Amino acid sequence: MLKKISTIPFNGTPEQKAKLDAVIAECKDDKSQLMHVMQEAQGIYGYLPREVQVMIAEGMDIPLEKIYGVATFYAQFSLSPKGEYDISVCLGTACYVKGAQPIIDKISEILGIEPGECTADGKFSLEECRCIGACGLAPVFTINGEVYGKITADDVPGILAKYMN
Amino acid sequence: MENAVNIKINGFDYQVPAGSTILEAAHSVGIEIPTLCYLKEINAIGACRICVVEVKGARSLVAACVFPVNEGMEIFTNTPKVIEARKTTLELILSTHKKECLSCVRSGSCELQKLCHEYGIEDENAFSGDFVNYDIDRSATHMYRDNEKCILCRRCVAVCDKTQAVSVIGANARGFDTHIGSAFKYGLGDVACISCGQCITACPTGALAERDDTQKVFDALNDPTKHVVVQTAPAVRVGLGEEFGYEMGTVVTGKMVSALKMLGFDGVFDTNFAADLTIMEEATEFLARFKEGKNLPLITSCSPGWVKYCEHYYPDFIKNLSSCKSPQGMFGSVAKTFYAEKMGIDPKDIFVVSVMPCTAKKFEAERTDYSAVKGLADIDASITVRELARMIKKAGINFRAIPDAEFDAPFGLGSGAGTIFGATGGVMEAALRTAYEVVTGKELTDLATFKAVRGVEGVKEASYDLDGVTVNVAVASGLANAKKVLEMVKSGEKKYDFIEIMACPGGCVNGGGQPIVPASVRNFEDVRALRAAGLYNDDANLPVRKSHENADVKAIYDEFFGEPGSHKAHDILHTGYTERKVY
Ligand code: SF4
Ligand code: SF4
Ligand code: SF4
Ligand code: FES
Ligand code: FES
Repeated sequence: MLKKISTIPFNGTPEQKAKLDAVIAECKDDKSQLMHVMQEAQGIYGYLPREVQVMIAEGMDIPLEKIYGVATFYAQFSLSPKGEYDISVCLGTACYVKGAQPIIDKISEILGIEPGECTADGKFSLEECRCIGACGLAPVFTINGEVYGKITADDVPGILAKYMN
Repeated sequence: MENAVNIKINGFDYQVPAGSTILEAAHSVGIEIPTLCYLKEINAIGACRICVVEVKGARSLVAACVFPVNEGMEIFTNTPKVIEARKTTLELILSTHKKECLSCVRSGSCELQKLCHEYGIEDENAFSGDFVNYDIDRSATHMYRDNEKCILCRRCVAVCDKTQAVSVIGANARGFDTHIGSAFKYGLGDVACISCGQCITACPTGALAERDDTQKVFDALNDPTKHVVVQTAPAVRVGLGEEFGYEMGTVVTGKMVSALKMLGFDGVFDTNFAADLTIMEEATEFLARFKEGKNLPLITSCSPGWVKYCEHYYPDFIKNLSSCKSPQGMFGSVAKTFYAEKMGIDPKDIFVVSVMPCTAKKFEAERTDYSAVKGLADIDASITVRELARMIKKAGINFRAIPDAEFDAPFGLGSGAGTIFGATGGVMEAALRTAYEVVTGKELTDLATFKAVRGVEGVKEASYDLDGVTVNVAVASGLANAKKVLEMVKSGEKKYDFIEIMACPGGCVNGGGQPIVPASVRNFEDVRALRAAGLYNDDANLPVRKSHENADVKAIYDEFFGEPGSHKAHDILHTGYTERKVY
């Protein structure tokens, strides 16, 4: 999968930067710690935008391209922030068979974002995930962990409306 | 043979050096194994699997490029199983390849095309399926990237990272989406690439190529209002012949000049002249700084790839860079001033073409802040050796059949010192030949005095006594080597007075604009040494071997500049630099 690069302006706080600087200070003499630093950075910022990857590149003295290569290789890293409401649609076998794709399409259509992206106002993010163990309710999706099961594309607008304001 | 092992290849017994790979062992006994991803000293990742062979007792086929031989090993390089595996590998590569060999810039020098031909791949679409489309990245001044022809061998990535310590390209994403590019989808022109072109000469296919400026040159030649002049860099004379089947290291100056005249240039000049001019200015600059002890070490500025690297990655050293324009720049500058005046031509009607072994020279040609004539570029088109060869072929000139010709006045003379600019250590040696005579007032009779700075090693050091004062010099080629030297200077571990840095390993003879040498040759021959030998030989045979003895150089000082380092020389022949970002 090609990862989506966020176009939402970066707004990291000084506190976040201080945290990341501390992690880098601890690891900068051992380049094999790169994955660890990236995981920490994602924990701090929720994703790895260019600004954060540049901080890591400069701090660890590792070229940005190498960091980006790792970030786009491993599924655990995201280049797009999580929204205030993080929607995760299950694409496990059961859900897929029962029509998860039309649900994703509907959400995409309403929010104007693709999986892996976040809306410009930072409100919603959309992603696809593997089986979440609720196959009996297939197809399912979650919004900030709250599970919605046995839904059809027609149910989507009503559910999203609850979060819109 | 000491440290030898006994092996069998295809049923015959051989003794080969212990520690060699199967690929090397087979080559040493006259058996070639195809490669794609492997590039000696640069990339040994065993990824493409085109080099597979059978080894008795091994469960699967092994990659010959990385697998070492050992005592008693039995190897089969040509069994039906091996051939079938290689064919399948090629067919799989073709399934995601934009096949346009008819017009491809690398047709004829493409390693993929050659293998497909050799293995008789009849069905180019044996595996057809999804094809990932990529836009061609033309954002950089000097080159483009067409990922639809990329076979993901990663030779470019390795050379940019390991040889050049730049690392602006890499493999991104995974699986079917894996592609080579820069972080966050930036184009090559928007990242801190230094334009060296080493990735192009490392690429087995047409995925990477120089920006082609030949049409621009043809257009100028066909424009009756333009007076079109051309200069050829030192290393061009030893590279160009390879495009026409000459053995590596053959110097073809006479035929090159002839071909340029046949192409219709109004003046065919020698960059060696400008190299000599550079020495006059740079030796003067060095002696002045040395006397004052200011901004030392002086670092050479004739390699625009190195200059760009310095501006991006070592801005603290910008003050150490020589303010001299490169020989390319100096030539353009005198062509649009001194020459224009002498010929009575308006500088804006003079079109200056450079033929260079270098892609970074295309970038340099577009830096116009310090042009000799305000509002005009010093250089109007800078083409590589490969582009010149293309022009010669297109014009129907039978290079091997034409007679030799001589460069034109007033920039036709070049000294041996100018010639060796093309090899690592050459600028240093040339400068020392002149500085020695200036400082000591004595004639340098042994032209081999400074030969310690010759040779292909990445870092060379020497100390010379010039009439009681010791001058410590260093020479580095390939930017990873330059980085080592700069770090030692920074930390105070080393103290030098004068450093020569060339971006390309081995210097311009191995520049990013030279003829492509396939891995099947590069893996076994030292291109740098072979081509450099041609230049040193040229130097030894030239009547004048010191820059300050070049009669054309003397004349331009007498008639125009006065003396080296004069105010006028500074205005026209010197330049300035800008700090650039990395991210
Ligand atoms: S890269 Fe090679 S195989 Fe591909 S189109 Fe060009 S010449 Fe043909
Ligand atoms: S031109 Fe040189 S610096 Fe730029 S990508 Fe290629 S190898 Fe790297
Ligand atoms: S661009 Fe060329 S050198 Fe780089 S990975 Fe692709 S085929 Fe190999
Ligand atoms: S497949 Fe969706 S919850 Fe199991
Ligand atoms: S695996 Fe040996 S050449 Fe690619």
